[in-house]
Amino acid sequence: MTSLWLSFELAGCVAVILLLIGAPVAYWLAYSTWRGKFVLESIVALPLVLPPTVLGFYALLAMGPRGPLGKLWGALFGHGLAFTFAGLVIASVLYSFPFAVQPLMVSFETVDRNLLNASATLGAGRWRTFRRIILPLSFPGVVTALVLSFAHTLGEFGVVLMVGGNLAGVTRTVSIDIYDRVQSLEYAQANEQALLLLAISFVVLCLVYGINRRVWTISWK
Amino acid sequence: MEITDREVASSSLLASIRAERRNGAASFVLDVSIEAPPGITILFGSSGAGKSTLLDCVAGLVRPDCGKIISGEDVFFDSSAQVDLPAQKRRVAYVFQSLALFPHLTVGQNVEYGLNNLPKTERQARAAEVLEAFRVAHLRNQKTSQISGGERQRTALARSLVTAPRVLLLDEPLTGLDSELKGSIVDDLRAWNAAKRIPILYVTHSRDEVDALGERVIAIDRGRVLGRGAPMEVLDAPRRKRLAQASGFENLLAATVLDLREPDGVMRVRLGETTREIEVPLAHVSAADHVHIAIRAGDIMLATEPPRGLSARNVLQGKIVSLERRGAMVIARVDCGVAFVVHVTPGAVRALELAAEKQVWLVLKTHSCHLVD
Repeated sequence: MTSLWLSFELAGCVAVILLLIGAPVAYWLAYSTWRGKFVLESIVALPLVLPPTVLGFYALLAMGPRGPLGKLWGALFGHGLAFTFAGLVIASVLYSFPFAVQPLMVSFETVDRNLLNASATLGAGRWRTFRRIILPLSFPGVVTALVLSFAHTLGEFGVVLMVGGNLAGVTRTVSIDIYDRVQSLEYAQANEQALLLLAISFVVLCLVYGINRRVWTISWK
Repeated sequence: MEITDREVASSSLLASIRAERRNGAASFVLDVSIEAPPGITILFGSSGAGKSTLLDCVAGLVRPDCGKIISGEDVFFDSSAQVDLPAQKRRVAYVFQSLALFPHLTVGQNVEYGLNNLPKTERQARAAEVLEAFRVAHLRNQKTSQISGGERQRTALARSLVTAPRVLLLDEPLTGLDSELKGSIVDDLRAWNAAKRIPILYVTHSRDEVDALGERVIAIDRGRVLGRGAPMEVLDAPRRKRLAQASGFENLLAATVLDLREPDGVMRVRLGETTREIEVPLAHVSAADHVHIAIRAGDIMLATEPPRGLSARNVLQGKIVSLERRGAMVIARVDCGVAFVVHVTPGAVRALELAAEKQVWLVLKTHSCHLVD
């Protein structure tokens, strides 16, 4: 059960961090008029097409003792980043980035520009407009971003394997654990975990779609 | 582009700007110079004339390419001095055509939105005062999606005026309301502004609203000012063809000047390619010049027999082409060599037994014929 709990911890951390990092990126992507913004859009979407092993490989190199990220982390905290929980979080954040940014960006974009103009003429700066108008009106997008990044991290395998290794209680997430058990022919235990993960994922998705449906039916016109 | 040195009331709004807007391949240039003293100034023009762009520039939502926008002593924008005050610092209230009420907030929260920097008790007191003035105090705790169209318009007005703005911009705020409701909202707006005395720019393309609001009108077309002054001077005697169309002159006829009769203050013109001649007021033109004559459909009389003993100088014989009922009015199309549109009442249609193909005479007073460029 520690592996399952670890997966939840990882997914929770990643979802919250992604919301905090993803919101400003999504805001910029939604409202910038810069012609070159497609470059950033492509970078954000990269994890969608890259095999997790490619991302994991470069993340591992960057986090290694000689990699830039690893060196920085070592200087700050006195130990390496590879094969630690923190390393896993960073890699997962990169891997699930588009799953947070896309829904946020779409929901920011669909907020009526006139409302933003009205907010400005009523004396509100950008931050206040974001906090009081954009964010509440993007609530479904925020929920979707949180849940998608949570669920996507819960189910990841390749990146965790590359960056985290397989340390019980530190980096052995439930997906790795299942793989391990299948390798050692413990099918009963593998089935138990797999079934649990399946059920949990289903419940989580039900929650998202349920909430979104309710949010959409409140007429905001 | 220069703002004149003429003395203006200290809280007047002056805007003398040029703004080019691109929309795909099409580009649109707004190049206007306007002055709005305290009170209502109507910006009149057809859609796409540049009225909303002008409001956006004043509010700070669109940046003009060059020029100046000054409210009283405060410079909102001055391209030569590199001044461009952001929208949230201008204290320009803006009621959008869509109203842009915040859908997730209540009426009260919408109105208090612009009072963020005040302590809560004062905020509520100010909001209560303006909600009362615009008769929506009882809706304070309702979501804006739950109130009627007129109430939404009142809420939008209350929300923008509660901040004690220096200028109020209204972009067709009363479209879709019946005239009685419109009138009562305008009365409340006037009452509110009697004490505050701020310039109000009121955009509309409806001739009825211009007449109801009176005061001053600035006519805009294709990004330029076509005329300014009292509505009657600007819109009832339009000097330009486009403005004549916009302000409801159904008949716009091409004509050639025949001869000028200066002692009588009139001249004779020939209509289009026909031999029909009419008498119109004298203008600064010479014989053989091509001009346009604008005539309201409601200013033309229709007779079923050759009229005699009239003061009206112009009688044209023709044939009814079609009759079309529209509301309490019948639109008659009459062919006199050139096509005329005449408005008659349903009662007149019955009494005169008007029908298509019927021979009729049109009677035009000289001074109902307006010369336009």
